[in-house]
Amino acid sequence: MPFRTSLSLALLLTAAPVLAQEAAPTPPTVVPTEPRETIEGQLSQERTVIAVPAFATPSVTTVAGLRTDTLGRQIGEVIAADLERSGLYAPLGPGSVRAITMAEVTAPRFADWKARNAENVVHGFVRATGTGGFIVGCYLYDTALGSELVRQGFEIQPGDWRRAAHKCADAIYSRLSGEAPFFDSRIAYIAESGPKGNRVKQLAIMDSDGGNHKFITNGQALAISPRFSPDYKKIVYVSYLNNRVRVFIYDVAAGTQKLVTESGNATFAPRWSPDGRQILYSMAVGGNTDIYRISADGGTPVRLTNAPGIDVGGSFSPDGKKIVFESDRSGGQQIYTMNIDGSQQRRISFGGGRYATPEWSPRGDLIAFTKMGGGEFRIGVMTPSGGGERMLTNSWQDEAPTWSPNGRVIQFFRTTPGRTGKSTIWQVDLTGVNLRRLPTPRDGSDPSWGPILP
Amino acid sequence: MTIRRTTAMLAAVAMLAVGACAKKAPEELPPAPEGTDTGSTDTGIGNAVIPGSQQDFVANVSSDRIFFDFDQYNVDAEDQATLRSQAQWLQRNPAVRVTLEGHADERGTRDYNIALGERRANAAKNYLASLGIDPSRINVISYGKERPAALGSNEEAWAQNRRAVTVVIGR
Repeated sequence: MPFRTSLSLALLLTAAPVLAQEAAPTPPTVVPTEPRETIEGQLSQERTVIAVPAFATPSVTTVAGLRTDTLGRQIGEVIAADLERSGLYAPLGPGSVRAITMAEVTAPRFADWKARNAENVVHGFVRATGTGGFIVGCYLYDTALGSELVRQGFEIQPGDWRRAAHKCADAIYSRLSGEAPFFDSRIAYIAESGPKGNRVKQLAIMDSDGGNHKFITNGQALAISPRFSPDYKKIVYVSYLNNRVRVFIYDVAAGTQKLVTESGNATFAPRWSPDGRQILYSMAVGGNTDIYRISADGGTPVRLTNAPGIDVGGSFSPDGKKIVFESDRSGGQQIYTMNIDGSQQRRISFGGGRYATPEWSPRGDLIAFTKMGGGEFRIGVMTPSGGGERMLTNSWQDEAPTWSPNGRVIQFFRTTPGRTGKSTIWQVDLTGVNLRRLPTPRDGSDPSWGPILP
Repeated sequence: MTIRRTTAMLAAVAMLAVGACAKKAPEELPPAPEGTDTGSTDTGIGNAVIPGSQQDFVANVSSDRIFFDFDQYNVDAEDQATLRSQAQWLQRNPAVRVTLEGHADERGTRDYNIALGERRANAAKNYLASLGIDPSRINVISYGKERPAALGSNEEAWAQNRRAVTVVIGR
């Protein structure tokens, strides 16, 4: 066995609790769908070709109903789909290249892959541990140099096999692009169904590629604007339970929820601080909405704004020292920043039109927003001081950006006009070129991308 | 007494209310307080109308809703006339409580529209209060852009959706 465990097993995955948990109040009613890319954007011209054959197996073994050879092919497919979705690569997945032998995993036939114009090739294997799990090996090679670029191994429980594929894709992406990883992450969003005048809106979660989809609420009460806590153990969101508008903290493991604060007023637009210890929310008192900050464990809220207009939303800078929010105190919606104690409130958006839903990039370098004007709602970015404004999308109604963990990709939702108008989840990279729809079992809105899984 | 009644009580009340009208009472109770207004124009005219019910309210006020301009929440002269008729009915039915639902059109972002709906519902509530209606009889909820009454994506539909609707929730 050529696989060097001494080095690579340091990266072994442990089963994350969030993946092992049971469904909450409502069981899933739709079988999770295999991710399938819908490529509707224009593709950049110079994408690196990477061959991703099915992962090999030293012996075909079935564990928990999963065959190692089948899993090897599925892992190759997930990796190829991840790389494709990044927009930087043109993967040749298991469906378009030959399978490899176990011996090839550490001794690739570079000439074969060069003949397919592949600059890189991904090899790997799946082996049963004999203790109910699998070892997945992940290798990346440069075909021109004939050199190994990545070697990682993951020990996984059967239910976590997709995470091994995302971890491998992340290692490949990071090694080739120099960027931080982002595939091994999850998304909370709102699944939508039913007629436009009476939409059913359910809290739901899924992997960054749409896999492992699960409904959390059953849709009896309207649910909107979810956010995963940084450790993925909780989700803060707004529920219209009992015909009131209130922010709840949902405990993913326990399947229970509690109010973020006891109040007779409407609370909405919640956000976590980067360390997960505090929550921002907006509260309307007598028609006037302001932004508050409270400990995630409860306590006394701190009022951060007191302008007579609507102050709403808010997103922490990654260092936790500042907040970007929206306000119509100037007459229309614009973007402002402030310190976390509410001091030094300063407007940063000055272009034409209205600006809303600011989200601070986890890299700290940019703020994404929705810009409304000229009959369009578009997703754009600017620096935290308001400079360098750039629009990334162009549509009738794109809304509510959320950042990938590495700050290179933005998800949002796109709504179509008319009586049968629907919302679906999309993503775009910072070039604005790689625009894709994310597959979801139903329609979707309010995506919220969490950090790299712990 | 809540609006949940037994069928027998419903029939009895219906006979009292309708008098000469030969039509029988509706088989179903008035719309449940749960959820939002359905945009229904069924005023119950010709059917039994329970005093103090939503049907009674809609049949005896100039409208159950007022409308707003884009991104505005001021109560104009037409809205004031509508709210005056609502206030008169509320004074005749002093035990009735209502919910004021604030709504926005779809051409705004979700969270802002909830805040905007709050403004609109509170503007209507404050006007009713200025006419002598006890504000503790009035609940407020904003649906933002979540529950449009008109489903098109045009100025006419949006104008119908920028609204504050008074919904009877019982007594």
